[in-house]
Amino acid sequence: MSIRIYISRDSGALCVGAQEVATQFFKLAEQRGLDVEIVRTGSRGMYWLEPLVEVACPEGRVGYGPVKPSDVEDLLKAGMLDGKAHRLSLGLVEEIPFFKNQTRLTFKNCGIIDPRSLEDYKAHGGYKGLAKAIEIGPEATVEEVVNSGLRGRGGAGFPTGIKWRTVAATPPQQKYIVCNADEGDSGTFADRMIMEGDPFVLIEGMTIAGIVVGANYGYIYIRSEYPDAVEAMEIAIREARAGGMLGKKIAGSKYDYDMEVRVGAGAYVCGEETSLLESLEGKRGEVRAKPPLPAHIGLFGKPTVINNVLSLASVPIIMAEGGAHYRDYGMGRSRGTMPIQLAGNIKHGGLYETAFGITLGALVDEIGGGTRSGRPVRAVQVGGPLGAYFPRELFETPFDYEAFTAADGLIGHGGVVVFDDSVDMAKQARFAMEFCAIESCGKCTPCRIGSTRGVELMDKIVAGEDRDANLVVLEDLCHTMKLGSLCALGGFTPYPVMSALTHFPEDFGAEKKRLAAAE
Amino acid sequence: MPRYEPWNADRAGEIIARHRHEEGAALPILHELQAVFGCVPEAAIPLMAEALNLSRAELHGTVTFYHDFRKEPPGRRVLKLCRAESCQATGSDALAARAEAKLGVEMGGTNTDRSVTLEAVYCLGLCHSSPAAMLDKQVYGMLDDAKLDRLIDEAQR
Repeated sequence: MSIRIYISRDSGALCVGAQEVATQFFKLAEQRGLDVEIVRTGSRGMYWLEPLVEVACPEGRVGYGPVKPSDVEDLLKAGMLDGKAHRLSLGLVEEIPFFKNQTRLTFKNCGIIDPRSLEDYKAHGGYKGLAKAIEIGPEATVEEVVNSGLRGRGGAGFPTGIKWRTVAATPPQQKYIVCNADEGDSGTFADRMIMEGDPFVLIEGMTIAGIVVGANYGYIYIRSEYPDAVEAMEIAIREARAGGMLGKKIAGSKYDYDMEVRVGAGAYVCGEETSLLESLEGKRGEVRAKPPLPAHIGLFGKPTVINNVLSLASVPIIMAEGGAHYRDYGMGRSRGTMPIQLAGNIKHGGLYETAFGITLGALVDEIGGGTRSGRPVRAVQVGGPLGAYFPRELFETPFDYEAFTAADGLIGHGGVVVFDDSVDMAKQARFAMEFCAIESCGKCTPCRIGSTRGVELMDKIVAGEDRDANLVVLEDLCHTMKLGSLCALGGFTPYPVMSALTHFPEDFGAEKKRLAAAE
Repeated sequence: MPRYEPWNADRAGEIIARHRHEEGAALPILHELQAVFGCVPEAAIPLMAEALNLSRAELHGTVTFYHDFRKEPPGRRVLKLCRAESCQATGSDALAARAEAKLGVEMGGTNTDRSVTLEAVYCLGLCHSSPAAMLDKQVYGMLDDAKLDRLIDEAQR
């Protein structure tokens, strides 16, 4: 029997040379007539170890990394095909503490299976959730999702099951499932990992949603910055269709469901659900006022379920294991697991899926290993460009929707971006306003005009021009944007700005006390 | 050899005809026009407007809304440097300045021999390995000065 080697084709591995490493293995294996099969998987999410090469051994998969093409010859000589020791040895991959201490539910198969093989997905428990949904029917399925406590992983945290129930309750007609894969937040890459590493789980989740609400068609809207994810999803959709898991009478049931990929065009605001729907309709990605909710009047005016990648990809395991199983993880009203993404200036950058409740400090200092630069951590931005900056004093905050709201922040899509002490927080606050000004869809005034005024104010504050008076105006402007904007872009831009100002006033030339009094 | 085809109304018409009956056909058409011509040529707008039963103004609004769609074809290769927060935390501002100096262009510009267009991008989803870049569709992470220089050399080759 041939020996199996696993090398990721996830773009996070490719960006540090995984393709070159795989090519070198192919070349040497051929030259030497080695009986080796190279399987291209997704990533385990331990990116500081990529390119990670794993070998199937009787005791489990043994890892080596980070591997350079020039290491391959030496690895083979050392006997890596038998799992022998080498300076790049990592031992059993699933015993690496970063991996072992996680609770992998949504990412159960990511980095393990071949993302282009429907057969491999099924062999690892894939499509059990769909079988269950078909067996118990739409009403029982939606209750299972409600019971799981799953909340929208895109950022808003709205209960997924309730959304589905609303669409299911609309009269039978053309309905749609839309997957929001416009993962534009800096510091996030979980959606990309699922699409590249386990695309069938997303297809399965969307299919279950289709059955539940009576929708026979779905779209995945993927950002154009993710060409590898687009390719992976398109291949998987073709495979699923060929295997009878998409199309007419899926998996031999009475249900029809099919779907396709649509590619975005570089607009950050299209990650906002109504803007995404406009974009899918072929229009400017301008935000819609709510109500009406997309659940009632969504894509092309039809009832639509629109969910984030991670929400939909969590459904198959909820169905396979039961809602209660998923609900058992987590704290308070944040149930289940959250795939947290460790990014920026961090030693162990990667994906860490764990039950809600872990503290920010544990994530940054212990799991993430502190900064890559070796300098002290000064600020951590959680939840993307619209998320708050946290100082070390708030590192005890548990990862939980409500706890982050109470700390004037948000967990958003679960991205954690670490900055060392060389960061200039006034510059970061200015960038937040500038980003909002560039990306604003222009529909509402607080966002469109407010962000531009915000940039001007920041310039004045940094230049020391009427600083005290301008800081008051900035706070007032943030208040207006927060309460008056139509969507989260203008509404949440004040989070990074105000958190930077509150926690790091010295960078603005202001005193901490004055701001505390203004609260 | 130029990477993109010169403007050809028949070719554009063929692309539009292939997609026009899809739901929300505008973005798929615009993407394909750009893949073929390197940009969305002004002359394509009236053709599209007629096929999709939209006004030219409406369509102009759509095209200009999205950062991706170009008015002119780019250089032979497109180098995108990430400028978002995660990359900022790992020194991307200095890398961007270095790239601009080496290529003699500002972000969004094309160098004199038209070999490279340099662009800013806001997140490539490689934040675990910041700073990141993309040369055409190939991704690069953990950039430093030396890696960036090699990337620019390769792009100019």
